[in-house]
Amino acid sequence: MLKFPIYLDNSATTPMDPRVLEAMIPFYLDHFGNAASRSHPFGWEAEDAVDQARERIAKLINASEKEIIFTSGATEADNLAIKGVFDMYARKGNHIVTATTEHKAVLDTCKHLEKLGAEITYLKVDDEGNINLEELEAVVTEKTILVALMYANNEIGTVHPIRKIADIAHKKGSLLFTDATQAAGKISIDVERDGIDLMAFTAHKMYGPKGVGALYVRRKNPRVKVTAQIDGGGHERGMRSGTLNVPGIVGFGKAAELAMQEMDADAARLSVMRDHLEAELMKMEEAYVNGNRNSRLPHITNISFKYVEGEGLMMAFNQNIAVSSGSACTSASLEPSYVLKALGLGDDLAHSSIRFSLGRFTTDDQITYTIEQVTKAVNKLREMSPLWEMFKQGIDLSTIEWAEH
Amino acid sequence: MPFERQLIQNTKIMAYSKKVLEHYENPKNVGTLDNKKKEVGTGLVGAPECGDVMRLQIEVDPETQKIIDAKFKTFGCGSAIASSSLATEWLKGKTIDEALTIDNMDIVEELALPPVKIHCSVLAEDAIKAAIVDYRKKNGLPELVLEEKIVH
Repeated sequence: MLKFPIYLDNSATTPMDPRVLEAMIPFYLDHFGNAASRSHPFGWEAEDAVDQARERIAKLINASEKEIIFTSGATEADNLAIKGVFDMYARKGNHIVTATTEHKAVLDTCKHLEKLGAEITYLKVDDEGNINLEELEAVVTEKTILVALMYANNEIGTVHPIRKIADIAHKKGSLLFTDATQAAGKISIDVERDGIDLMAFTAHKMYGPKGVGALYVRRKNPRVKVTAQIDGGGHERGMRSGTLNVPGIVGFGKAAELAMQEMDADAARLSVMRDHLEAELMKMEEAYVNGNRNSRLPHITNISFKYVEGEGLMMAFNQNIAVSSGSACTSASLEPSYVLKALGLGDDLAHSSIRFSLGRFTTDDQITYTIEQVTKAVNKLREMSPLWEMFKQGIDLSTIEWAEH
Repeated sequence: MPFERQLIQNTKIMAYSKKVLEHYENPKNVGTLDNKKKEVGTGLVGAPECGDVMRLQIEVDPETQKIIDAKFKTFGCGSAIASSSLATEWLKGKTIDEALTIDNMDIVEELALPPVKIHCSVLAEDAIKAAIVDYRKKNGLPELVLEEKIVH
C-alpha cells in the first residue's frame, strides 16, 4: 500500500533517518551538558559526543576532525567562508569568482561584499549548467582571493569538475570554496582528491536534523583562515562562537556515518529509479531534461513539460506527490527560476519545469505512481492549454505578439 | 503522523480556496469555438514568458447580442485556470454589454484569491474584454474604448 503524500523533494530537505533520531535523543534528556563545560561529567559527555561526530563528519569527506567548524547550517557556512575569506585575505586582494547558478546564500553574500568593496565575477554557464573552464582561467588573477563554485547544483543536479576548478584557482594563489550542500553524503567527496580549501554542507540534506551544518576549513597546504562572523566565547577555534548544538551535531555525525556506509548503494539504487522516472516521463512529447545528464547527482531530475505551467501542473497531484517547480507563480515577482534562466531556457520552459528529487526512502511503487499521475496531469493540462493547441496546429508561438502584462 | 497531516492540509487550504480547487478539478467550458464564424469573438491575453496565457472565446447571438456559448483554454497556475473557468460560466446568458461590467474584483471575491493571485483575475477580465472587442470588430460594431487597468 502506498502512503500519501509521496515525498520527491529530497533536495529541499530529507526526512531524518530513524537511526539518526535514535542517536540524538539521549543528548536532549540525559546528556544535555554544554560541550564547553570542562568541569563536570555533563560537559565531558557532551564534548566526547561532539568529538566523535566531528570525526565521523571529517571522515565522510576525507578531512581531519580539526578542519570541521560547526555552524547552524549551510547558509551560515557559505556566509562564513566567503565573508571570512574576504576579511582575512584583504591584503592579497578583493576579487571573488562565482557563477550565476549558485545558491542565493552564495550570491547574496557576494552582493553584500560588493557594497563593501569586493570585486565579484559572476561566470555564466552553458545550457547544461556547466561553467567554461577556459573562461574561469581567464578571469582568475593574482587579486583573486576566492573561487566559490558549488559542488552540485540544487535545481538541476549538475556536478561541477571541482578538481579542475581547484587547480585553476590554486595556480593564481586563490582559495577554492565549494558549497556542497546537495552533494555531501550523496556522492563521494574527498577534500584532498578534489583540492578543496573550504566547503559548506549541512545535515538536513543527508537524513540528519535541520539547524546544523559545517564549514570545512583546510589546515594544511595551505593553512586557511577565516575571520569569525559571529563573535563570542571563541568556540570552534575562534571561527564560530556560540554554544554547540550537541544533539544536532550528534545527529549530523550519525548521518555522516550512515552516508559513508550507504551512500554508494543509495546512489546506485536511486540513479536506476531516477533514470526510469525520467525515461517514462520523457515518452511524452515536448518534455526536456534540464542540466547535464552526464555529470549529475544520481537522485535529481529536472524536466520541463512544454506548454503547461509548473504550478498549475503540481496542483494536479501535490496532495499526493511533493515536488517543486521552477515556476514562480507563487512569488510576487512572477520571475521563474534564475538557475533555469541562466541555462538560457526561455521563461516559458522555466515556468514549465518540475524538479523530482529522490531519497533513501523512495520506493519503486512511489515512482510507478508518480509516472502515472504526472503523465495524466500533463496530458490533462495540455488539453486545457491554448499553447499546446497552437503547437499542435503548427503555429510558431514566437511569431505571436503577446500582450505582456 | 496526524499533526503533520493537519499541517499539510492547512497549507493547502491557505494556498487554494475550495472554489479554486473545484474549478481546477472540474473546469467548466474547456474547449475551442470556431473562430471562422462571425458570431465568435476570441480574446488571447497574457504571455508564455509570464507563465499565464488565457484564450477566451464567446459565441454571440446576433439578434439578441446574448452570449450563447463560451469556451476557454488556459496555460497557467490553478488560479488562472479557475478564473477563466468561472469567467466562461458568468458570460453565458449575458449580453455583450452586460459582460463588459464583469470586474476582476468580482472574480477575486468569488474564488477567494490571495493578493499574489489577483493578476489571474485581471487576466480573465482582460480576456473577456478582448473577446468582446474581437466580436465587435468582426461584426462591424463601433470600437470600444476601454480603460487600462493598472493592477498588473
